[in-house]
Amino acid sequence: MTWRARLVRLGIALAPIGLTLVMTMLILLLAGADPFEAYGNILSGAFENPKKIADIAVAMVPLLLCSAGMLVTFAAGLWNIGVEGQMIAGALMTTWLVESLTAPAGVILPLSVVAGLVGGALWGLLTGLIRTYGGVNEIFAGLGLNFVASALTNYLIFGPWRPPDGATMSGTDPFPPSAWMPLIGQTRASLVSILLSIIALVGVWLVLRGTYWGLKLRAIGRNSRAAQRLGISTHRNMLLAFIVCGALAGLAGSLQTTAVYRRLIPQISGGYGYLSQLVVLLSGLRAEWVPLVVFFFSAVQVGSPRLELRMQLDSSLGGILQAGIVLFFLLVRGFRERWHAPEKMEEGDGPIAY
Amino acid sequence: MKIELEDIYKYFGPVRANDGISLTIESGVIQGLLGENGAGKTTLMKILSGYQPADRGTILLDGRPVHFRSPADAIAAGIGMLHQDPLDVPAFSALENLALGSPGGPFLNRARARRTLEALCQRFGFALDPDAPVSSLTVGERQQLEMVRLLALGVRVIILDEPTTGISAPQKALLFQALRQLSAEGLAVIFVSHKLDEVRELCSRVTVLRQGKVTGHLEAPFATDDMVSLMFGQVLGKYTRRPIPLGGVILQIEDLAVRSHRLEVRGIHLTVRAGEVIGLAGLEGSGQRLLMLACAGLQKPHGGRIILNGQDVTGQPYPTFLRQGVAFVPAARLEEGLVPGLTLREHFALAGNTRGFFIRWEEAEARTAQMIADFNIIGRPDTPVEALSGGNQQRALLALLPENLRLLILEHPTRGLDIASSRWIWHRLLERREEGTAILFTSTDLEELVEYSDRLVVFSGGKMSAPLDASRVTVEELGYLIGGRGL
Amino acid sequence: MDPLLIETAKSVIASSAPLVFAGIGEMITERAGVVNLSLDGSILLSAMAAFAIAFLSGSLLLGFLGGMLVGMLIALLVAYGSIALKQDQVAIGFVLTLLCADLSSFIGKPFVRKPGPSVPHWPIPGLVEIPVVGHILFDQDLLVYASYLVILVAWVWLFYTQAGLRLRSVGERPEAAFARGVSVNRVRYLYTAIGGALVGLAGGAYSLSVKLGWSHRHTAGIGWIALAIVIFGGWHPFRVALGAYLFGVLKSVGSLLQPGFPNIPTQVFQAAPFALMLLALLLVSGDREGMVQRVPRLLRPVVQALFLAKPPAGLGKRFEQG
Repeated sequence: MTWRARLVRLGIALAPIGLTLVMTMLILLLAGADPFEAYGNILSGAFENPKKIADIAVAMVPLLLCSAGMLVTFAAGLWNIGVEGQMIAGALMTTWLVESLTAPAGVILPLSVVAGLVGGALWGLLTGLIRTYGGVNEIFAGLGLNFVASALTNYLIFGPWRPPDGATMSGTDPFPPSAWMPLIGQTRASLVSILLSIIALVGVWLVLRGTYWGLKLRAIGRNSRAAQRLGISTHRNMLLAFIVCGALAGLAGSLQTTAVYRRLIPQISGGYGYLSQLVVLLSGLRAEWVPLVVFFFSAVQVGSPRLELRMQLDSSLGGILQAGIVLFFLLVRGFRERWHAPEKMEEGDGPIAY
Repeated sequence: MKIELEDIYKYFGPVRANDGISLTIESGVIQGLLGENGAGKTTLMKILSGYQPADRGTILLDGRPVHFRSPADAIAAGIGMLHQDPLDVPAFSALENLALGSPGGPFLNRARARRTLEALCQRFGFALDPDAPVSSLTVGERQQLEMVRLLALGVRVIILDEPTTGISAPQKALLFQALRQLSAEGLAVIFVSHKLDEVRELCSRVTVLRQGKVTGHLEAPFATDDMVSLMFGQVLGKYTRRPIPLGGVILQIEDLAVRSHRLEVRGIHLTVRAGEVIGLAGLEGSGQRLLMLACAGLQKPHGGRIILNGQDVTGQPYPTFLRQGVAFVPAARLEEGLVPGLTLREHFALAGNTRGFFIRWEEAEARTAQMIADFNIIGRPDTPVEALSGGNQQRALLALLPENLRLLILEHPTRGLDIASSRWIWHRLLERREEGTAILFTSTDLEELVEYSDRLVVFSGGKMSAPLDASRVTVEELGYLIGGRGL
Repeated sequence: MDPLLIETAKSVIASSAPLVFAGIGEMITERAGVVNLSLDGSILLSAMAAFAIAFLSGSLLLGFLGGMLVGMLIALLVAYGSIALKQDQVAIGFVLTLLCADLSSFIGKPFVRKPGPSVPHWPIPGLVEIPVVGHILFDQDLLVYASYLVILVAWVWLFYTQAGLRLRSVGERPEAAFARGVSVNRVRYLYTAIGGALVGLAGGAYSLSVKLGWSHRHTAGIGWIALAIVIFGGWHPFRVALGAYLFGVLKSVGSLLQPGFPNIPTQVFQAAPFALMLLALLLVSGDREGMVQRVPRLLRPVVQALFLAKPPAGLGKRFEQG
């Protein structure tokens, strides 16, 4: 490939970033702020000291887990927007376990992981069932169940699980120390969480590339008709995909309670479910790119609150950066494909006759 | 109005759908356009009616060249086409379909549409319910509605593409009467068909197409021999097949009735034995595909029975058929048979033994390599299937079939392939025959049908003929039968 | 009639007006074959824009126009991304939902909890005098009257005009529409813009009337409900409006029942309508043909009209000319 072609390719790859920066620059100027100061604050907010970098690791865990799960459902051609609810379900299951069982950490912690997996898996299965047997589009099934999970959480926090002194928006009483995931030093990062999320991503990558089930899912996602002809059961495999994605999301939710907050709070899923959708879109549905994108998104998550502290700007600028890049990525890709659109070969005479 | 088509060329990739066609159509004439599927009739008419542009060539109306950018342009010039599957909106009522695209003020004038509909229906003896949703109408009625619509828009040329497929006999009589009336009033009617009898009954002139070219023009009265030989061409020498002893009955079809939204086949009786090759002849849309889908378990019949290997599998789900050793190879290779985006190796991995967790890549690779060699597939294991040529996709589809099949059903197995590839594919298929597999296949190539089948059945308008001994049928006879005679 | 009931009905009609705008707007867009999944973010951003512009300029009209413009631009972006750039409608819509929500929070920060103009109350003289109904329907503000108008105009437009016929044909079977001289993609862009403008109007209706002012994630969740009521409403203006009012009733019932159940936290009552909406959606989706067969013949048309929801057959499908 010529140097010029290489340069063009690089330009196209970087265009979304450039466009996003331009867009946010304009917005910042509109808000009367110095764009470079804002970017600087985000960077310093994220990378200033080791503790902050550890915070990035903390934010990466739920993103990695949920993104890994979504890769599975996307492979099968499904839009699992219900990840938020599945995260919550895992958190709820874990909280229930902690509230009901008194046992040493060696027992509770592993069980909490299992609880998270199971809770999320069940919620994912529910979404899948509503889709396949209820005929409701999985987007609405997922969304509706997200609302239900959220409402359930509030009910529990302000109801049966409220602290003895009275219910507040801070959530339940803190978990007993036996239910605390061990953290690294003075940071808020948990080695167990990090390991689990890495294993999950690698596992998903392996499954999608190297197992029969992963191959079947990909076949269903590309051409479910041909997959059926080859003897693959579409319903069963789709449900399994929902279960796996739900389990991973549930694990993320569970770790949020035992490692990060050490209690159940109303916003336990923290929008990570929706954010992971963006991650997967930006990664082009490829597991190899997920760690990099997750790192970038997490850094932005960690650095954005500083905007509020130092510049009285809303931290949702981080969200604008994240969503903006994905939007421009999609648009640029569309432009590029339009340019290189090949001549379409069409069918000859008429529709398929019987 | 005089229409002249001069040197029309239309390519779809390497396929020459129209290869230099010139044709003149006069008003007041019912012009027939005859030819097999793939001959280029529909493509040509779509060009004339503004649906697609020609790659080369001109259309002249009364000596003036015209250029249509859309069907609406053509209608404005007075040319309208009635498609095989009328382009109406199923959810709308007949009135609304009529009103869509007709001139008028901003408000929907249902009363006026109603008057127009009634007037035209009366003129031709149609009986259409204005308020019924079009999805509830029969194909014949939808055609009538579309005709009414085109006439209301003032077309002077009306093109009908295979209009008698799927309509009842009384509806056909009504249609022909209407067409004669229109022709007498000075309109030009173009009647595209493959049915020799009807063309003879209706048309005063006929042009025959074959493989994108005009093979001849005939004036009424038409001799059937002339029509057939222009349509189907030369006869090749017959292939001598090695007769093999047939085994037990594999497939038994009793009084089968299958339905699609367009067509219904009924009263099908057929017995197929191990090692037998049965060819399903007939023009597309006559019911062969429906029968094949039913035999493969992909379409539930609404009447009759299907018995495989002695077991009644009527209405059973697809996996049951798979277990009984049935396989279906579709004509739409990429849409129905292969998974675009996946490589050959991945396909073979899926088709092989999928027990176990991890993919045994070496096993899949070895199998793929062997199949590539065996089936002469031009491609590598890591080639994505959409990058293969049509012929190689077909070979891949065949290679993916399980061994020891009892019944192999193929839809147009050699469509789009050159002679050498076709011969080779048949060589492999006949090998399976010796293992006891029964083969059911459709084709529009009469030579192929006669050459490779043990027995032949002919489909026409949803009806199946009695099985014929292929060694005793000539291509001409087959042509007659497909044309609807003797059925 | 019980005054409390009348007051409740009145407030339900008033508070549902924005949802009517959003629902009808999205119904129009989907009738053209485009799904605008960005509704939730769209409404947020246009609500903020409408409030900000009205606050800064002092003009309600400018505020509403601004909101409508924002809604229209976002919808056009979805249409462009999917028609011209051939990207997945759902992906673009989803990303825009998140982006617009964040944009609304960021740009709207200076306007949080500021008092702003509100649409004045305007009882219609004469009509207000009608017992019961008059008080419920005609003792409202301009926006509510506009919502009635939108429902009626949408109905007349869809079923009694040529333009509406063309719109419906594009959504049902674009090939047939093309065959009759309808410019399919142009129609799609046009009605997406109109639908988007109505969605923007919905946003303005929140921040300048029903839920005055602006705060972080002020109207969150409403966009998803609007998408749901389009399906629930079978893509028919009357049913969509019914869905909007039903949701309003559910919300009111929540706040009415609350005092009776002190043990159940407020949040449950707030979230319940959303969950119930999903249930309603489940009821009307899927293959209900079997259910209809079991209903006695006389009632069948009623049941079909009320419960069956068949989407425009060409929804979400791409149309390639030729």
